[in-house]
Amino acid sequence: MSKFLLSRRTLLKSAAASLVGAPFVGGVETATAAGLTIGIVYVGPRDDFGWNQAHAVAAVELKKVPGVTVVEEENVPETIAVQKTMESMIQLDGAKLIFATSFGYFDPHMIEMAKKYPDVEFRHAIGLWQKDKHPSNAGSYYAYLHQAHYVDGIAAGLSTKTNKLGFIAAKPISSVLQNINAFTMGVRKVNPAATVQVIFTGDWSLPVREAEATNALADAGCDVITCHVDSPKVVVETAEKRGVMCCGHNASQASLAPKGFITGAEYKWATIYKNFAELLSKGEKLPNFERGGYDRDYVRNTAFGPAASEAARKAATAAIADLKANEPYVAGELKDNKGNVVVPAGKVVDNYDVFLETTNYLVEGVIGSAG
Amino acid sequence: MTDVVTTVAVAMFAGAVRVSTPFLFVSLGECLTEKSGRINLGLEGTLVFGAMSAYAVSYLSGSPWVGVLAAGLAGSLFGALHGAICRLPKVSDIAIGIALMLFGTGFAFFLGKGFIQPTAPRLQAIDLGFLVSDPQLKVALQINPLFFIGLILAVVLWWGFANTRIGLVVRMTGDSAATARAMGVSVDGVRFWATTVGGFLAGVGGAFLSLFYPGSWNEGLSSGQGLMAVALVIFSRWNPLACVAAALLFGAAGALGPALQSVGISQGYHFFNAAPHILTLAIMIATSSSKRSLKGAPGELSITK
Repeated sequence: MSKFLLSRRTLLKSAAASLVGAPFVGGVETATAAGLTIGIVYVGPRDDFGWNQAHAVAAVELKKVPGVTVVEEENVPETIAVQKTMESMIQLDGAKLIFATSFGYFDPHMIEMAKKYPDVEFRHAIGLWQKDKHPSNAGSYYAYLHQAHYVDGIAAGLSTKTNKLGFIAAKPISSVLQNINAFTMGVRKVNPAATVQVIFTGDWSLPVREAEATNALADAGCDVITCHVDSPKVVVETAEKRGVMCCGHNASQASLAPKGFITGAEYKWATIYKNFAELLSKGEKLPNFERGGYDRDYVRNTAFGPAASEAARKAATAAIADLKANEPYVAGELKDNKGNVVVPAGKVVDNYDVFLETTNYLVEGVIGSAG
Repeated sequence: MTDVVTTVAVAMFAGAVRVSTPFLFVSLGECLTEKSGRINLGLEGTLVFGAMSAYAVSYLSGSPWVGVLAAGLAGSLFGALHGAICRLPKVSDIAIGIALMLFGTGFAFFLGKGFIQPTAPRLQAIDLGFLVSDPQLKVALQINPLFFIGLILAVVLWWGFANTRIGLVVRMTGDSAATARAMGVSVDGVRFWATTVGGFLAGVGGAFLSLFYPGSWNEGLSSGQGLMAVALVIFSRWNPLACVAAALLFGAAGALGPALQSVGISQGYHFFNAAPHILTLAIMIATSSSKRSLKGAPGELSITK
């Protein structure tokens, strides 16, 4: 069905080309001759203080690379609309590489486009690509944000006074559970008496419920609150209003909590984007499955805020150094919060172990249930 | 155990006070519009547009109350547009409402782009915390003036419908257009003004969202609250006082999910998060009958006619 759908821009362009004459039909080539054009598609607004902003910040970095042109479109729904956006980026702007930054863009939309345009590279920001199932000009890239959440946890564990911390999460899926677990492991590494209270809101963006959850956690005595929702703006602002400390997520929220900010887990997509641009300019093949954390400079922590104590800063900085050296932080014996052993004593889980991506439990120290 | 019960009860009370105001304003506005015999489904769009314009104007002018006024005026423009289009012959007020809902949200997103990042001055709460000693209650008693204005408004509307000439004219127009015409009342005129004022109230409800709670402008801000508020009017049987109760109940039910999880009761949180909607369904089923139309429904309303 999608074969017959042309975007308006494509249609206009073809019409114009056929009017002017044959030389312009191959206009795509002339457009790229000057340099490399990269398209980035966002599901939400670029300045959401969250997931989309993290990508948009990287796009700004990418634009500074000589010879690279970046075309962006925001608020593109995960429907046939994203195919039209990609088509017009390819046909009209001559994009040779497309970054699709939302979960639902992948299948069928990005896959369809990859089949239709075999000489364009497509990369998707969540690790869904499989070698034997998907086209070779498509792929996934992903960053281990949980490593930065682990660092958050260390700083938060040393900053809390009530030994009760709160985590507001959207949905109990693997990537979210990983972040909750990493945060909790960080907290309990430096402060074994502390617990992390989790509240699931049920969806990625529910500002009123996120505010309610923040208030509920503050009422329950939590003095550090962090989250994994699309845009942490409401959580961080509400925490600040309640006079409790907070850690950020996705992008920098330091400016929203001038008093209570400790640190935050941030993506550093710019590293991946610039690497890909460089590879492509050299005419080299892009990796189909790119992933990594601190060791590859794909994640970072927001600069410490005023709520981070001296001890917290020191311990967190040391943890960052370990992660940069690719030291594993998950080791046995690790129990889930129902008492089952998930990592047996003596076993160390490598940072690249796919075991981490299959997380379906909450570790000991988390109050809440994933089910 | 008593601790848990108290915490949850206080959280629900606090949630009712915090979350109910936008529901209250939108449902009062819609109540007025529906009493005149017209239904405006576009209030979700008005709410979002009101939220955006309140935040933007508060940021630009430096005064949150100017923002509230701007939201009200923007809302009344939307209401007036609905009222004006529905004057034309053979126009469905429901279809126009849906169109305006989409237009309002889309236009708000378009104009609101530049206001996601800046921090606007917010509305201040009236701190009644000195009345109690419990720290959780102290926080719950930081109440926005708009909440009280909403309560007063509900009483005024309830009294006004029953005891004033204007109230009588609005009700008459809603119950029987023919009678109103016979009395020399302009049916379209009354409905136009009822929709315009209803839009004003919905806009003010939006201002509460962006300027007080949760207190920032972003595109996911309303998440359907305007639509729920329209349902609340039917739920409260077109009675402004019942609108207050319904809005409070909805706020309290919405606080149930997070509050239970905060005290460690996390099994079935999806169910508790859906509590407001389940509650609405249950009450609707319990109070409806196949033998008569909804009690209190204005006779001219296109959905009940």
